[in-house]
Amino acid sequence: MRLLKRKLLARRLQLVQLLRAGHHALIPLLCVALGCAMTARAFAVDLAIRAETVYTMAGEPIRDGVILIEAGKIKQVGEASTPIPDDVRTIAAKVVTPGLIDAHTIVGLQGFENEPRDNDLLDKSGPFQPELRAIDAFNGQERLLEWIRGFGITTIHTGPSPEALSSGQTMIIKTIGPTIDDYLLKADAMVSITLGPASLLKDAGKSPGTRAKQIAMLRAELVKAQEYARKRTAKPQPAADASSDRAEDKTPARDLRLDVLVTVLNNEKPLLITAERAQDILLALKLKDEFNISIVLDLADEAYLLINEIKAAGVPVIIHPTMKRAFGDSENVSMETAGKLRAAGIPVSFQSGYEAYVPKTRIVLFEAAIAVANGMKFENALASLTIDAATMLGVADRVGSIEAGKDADLALYDGDPFEYTTHCIGTVIAGKIVFDGKR
Amino acid sequence: MFGKWTGAGGAKEVISGRQRQTCSPTRALGITLGMRFITIGLLVTAVARFALGQDVPIAFTNAHVIPINGDEIARGTVVIHQGKIVAVGASGEVTIPTGAEQRDCTGKTIMPGLVDTHSHLGGPWAADGSAPIQPDVHVIDSLNVRDAGYQKAQAGGITTANIMSGSGHLLSGQTVYVKLRDGKTIDDLAIKNPDGSIAGGVKMANGTNSIRQAAAGPFPGTRAKSAALVREQFTKAIEYRDKIDRAKGDESKLPSRDRGLEVLVDIMAGKRVVHHHTHRHDDILTVLRLSKEFGFKVVLHHVSEAWKVAPQIAEAKAPCSVIVIDSPGGKPEAKDLSLETGKVLDEAGVLVGFHTDDPITDSRLFLRSAALSVRAGMKRDRALYAMTMAGAIMLDMDKQVGSIEVGKDADLIILTGDPLSVYTHVQETYVDGTRVFDRSNEEDRLMATGGYGAGRDQMLFTECCLGGGQ
Repeated sequence: MRLLKRKLLARRLQLVQLLRAGHHALIPLLCVALGCAMTARAFAVDLAIRAETVYTMAGEPIRDGVILIEAGKIKQVGEASTPIPDDVRTIAAKVVTPGLIDAHTIVGLQGFENEPRDNDLLDKSGPFQPELRAIDAFNGQERLLEWIRGFGITTIHTGPSPEALSSGQTMIIKTIGPTIDDYLLKADAMVSITLGPASLLKDAGKSPGTRAKQIAMLRAELVKAQEYARKRTAKPQPAADASSDRAEDKTPARDLRLDVLVTVLNNEKPLLITAERAQDILLALKLKDEFNISIVLDLADEAYLLINEIKAAGVPVIIHPTMKRAFGDSENVSMETAGKLRAAGIPVSFQSGYEAYVPKTRIVLFEAAIAVANGMKFENALASLTIDAATMLGVADRVGSIEAGKDADLALYDGDPFEYTTHCIGTVIAGKIVFDGKR
Repeated sequence: MFGKWTGAGGAKEVISGRQRQTCSPTRALGITLGMRFITIGLLVTAVARFALGQDVPIAFTNAHVIPINGDEIARGTVVIHQGKIVAVGASGEVTIPTGAEQRDCTGKTIMPGLVDTHSHLGGPWAADGSAPIQPDVHVIDSLNVRDAGYQKAQAGGITTANIMSGSGHLLSGQTVYVKLRDGKTIDDLAIKNPDGSIAGGVKMANGTNSIRQAAAGPFPGTRAKSAALVREQFTKAIEYRDKIDRAKGDESKLPSRDRGLEVLVDIMAGKRVVHHHTHRHDDILTVLRLSKEFGFKVVLHHVSEAWKVAPQIAEAKAPCSVIVIDSPGGKPEAKDLSLETGKVLDEAGVLVGFHTDDPITDSRLFLRSAALSVRAGMKRDRALYAMTMAGAIMLDMDKQVGSIEVGKDADLIILTGDPLSVYTHVQETYVDGTRVFDRSNEEDRLMATGGYGAGRDQMLFTECCLGGGQ
């Protein structure tokens, strides 16, 4: 009854809070009450997968492996001898991997038609708006979600476009609707920051008009947030005059924007800093040191020039799409960068990025494939698409590998997943077959 | 930065920890990569060789040969001499000319250079904003031949391309067919017609790109207006042509020359092919309607929704140059774009080719178009045909290029493996018998993979050493 009463309260907020607090054990309970799709089935093995190779990403690949799924979770992973209960649906595949993760996209915030009516990428009223939240704009019915999950992509880190100094906060969600809440992994994952020309407003005669101004503005906001946090948490001094409430006056009013920055200063969430050229990457690293905050580098076209610096800073990289077009600030982009960074021990994940025209989204599976063709080790690329991405995004307790207790998110292929002519033949999210075909 | 040409190959490169080797020559010139001073010394030789048009025959032996017009040869030999293919067949059955340089290509695949029927290499910018139909404008007058894009296209195995301006006009000008030679001027690359004129077609477009609803002015605001404007211009061209015919050479009766109308008359006479950007199924049918009405030869380009009207396209015998894009959408016209387009059209009997639309897709990854189409069900041999012969036919160049046949231009690519595998790289590209790309050369490799400096305008090798006066 207590749970049912809760349902009457703000449902989304609750789930979000639980997720944030890491009370994952509560989710199945909550979902029973809320009627979540993923717990609609009976609590018994309800799907089995057999595969010639299971890339668990938690140890060596298993030849002739079996995966048992129960109540949306992986119950057991083992070799061919693993008993499959009678009358349980069994799917066969050549290769099974954990569901793939697109570590940075805009899918769900901009529709595939790319028309103003389905575009929620960027609010242009101000250059710095970290208080904007992707979850308030995400469209779970977007057709591209269906398209990408047909290639085995089960989790996306999505958000506003990298075209403002701060365009808002990102979110992490499974690639299936119908509502946000059912499959949300993280509501406010990172704060999007963009350095370099993409967020300059000099043509509009507004700030930031230069790189130096970008950094000056960021510093000013973070310093303001430091002061705000100090004042908000300071103990009110006993007032000299008991009848006065001056002490209370010293506490600044709630500021939603600064609240977000305080979470960054407290290392509760990272800045996702989009920087293409080496000089912008260096500015991002400088900012990290200066404010002792966590950052994740995004795009990082020229990261290959700064391997030592990035490694020393301990910063993970959501690398640009391998097939990113080489022009403008990206003219030096290289198809070898993902492989080089990973070989140097820098955590790397793949992204579909932000495409303004066609294709409206890239497919991270394809981007990783080209990285492998250009020197990245097969296993490393697969790790970048799964467990490394999950770790970087802070959702590795739920997704990214095939292990008992994790979400049953799987991608099934009829051959080497990276090969052009291989097909994705099935996608499973939380134990449900969400794609059953040949793509 | 001085040489794309560093010798006869044989250099090793390290990829993924494994060593691969280019087809190794038996008459190596002894040039070591990195020993650039030696390379400079030999540059004169290189240039002389270029100028003579490959006077020593080269035999590529023991390769997997995909001739396109004919069965694949598991262990084959291709001989080229003076820019032409002089022999092809199974190794052992081909007579190798005396004095020929032999290159053992065991483990490699040789196929014809790729034909890109629709590219925007070199920053084409032909028609301006003054009018929606500008047949007098020629794209060749806008191209930067030093653009790094040309080297990247060579790295992708493209040897022939149709370069044209964009789709923001109903007719944005004349296109140019080029060979991806190393050249200092666009004329070095441009293909000439038998009469010496520059070979090319005309770029047209319909649908949303050429519609400018907000603009009051000469541009169309609707699809019907787009067709009406095209009709108006072609009708004008018919009158112009007829007036010239009636004048029978009498100068007093001849109309004043109109370069634009002359081009439209050429189109109706079949002297120039219309390369027509079109996506939606109804727009495709509009192109076919206009083509029939004015009797112009057309190649349909992009054709996102062609799969909906494949029988009609087949009946009209209109070839289709398909763009292969990773996802549908990006604009409403492309929302039903399908990876199966190549398969569906081919099975309907339509001549299918592919294009990069560079920079929309990357010239270096052009083979992906065939591979992803095969993934979606197109037959392997048809997809490889589409990358080569079909494109050659669409550009009226099938006598010269598109297959490995005796007498055709020595436009070849040497691949490290199967053309449809993601792990395969273009190792070497030959145009007219001259090697224009060699992955074992550091600078060429930079163009293939990208990296620092890969985006800069290319320096041409003659300039560093010969003062540009060659």
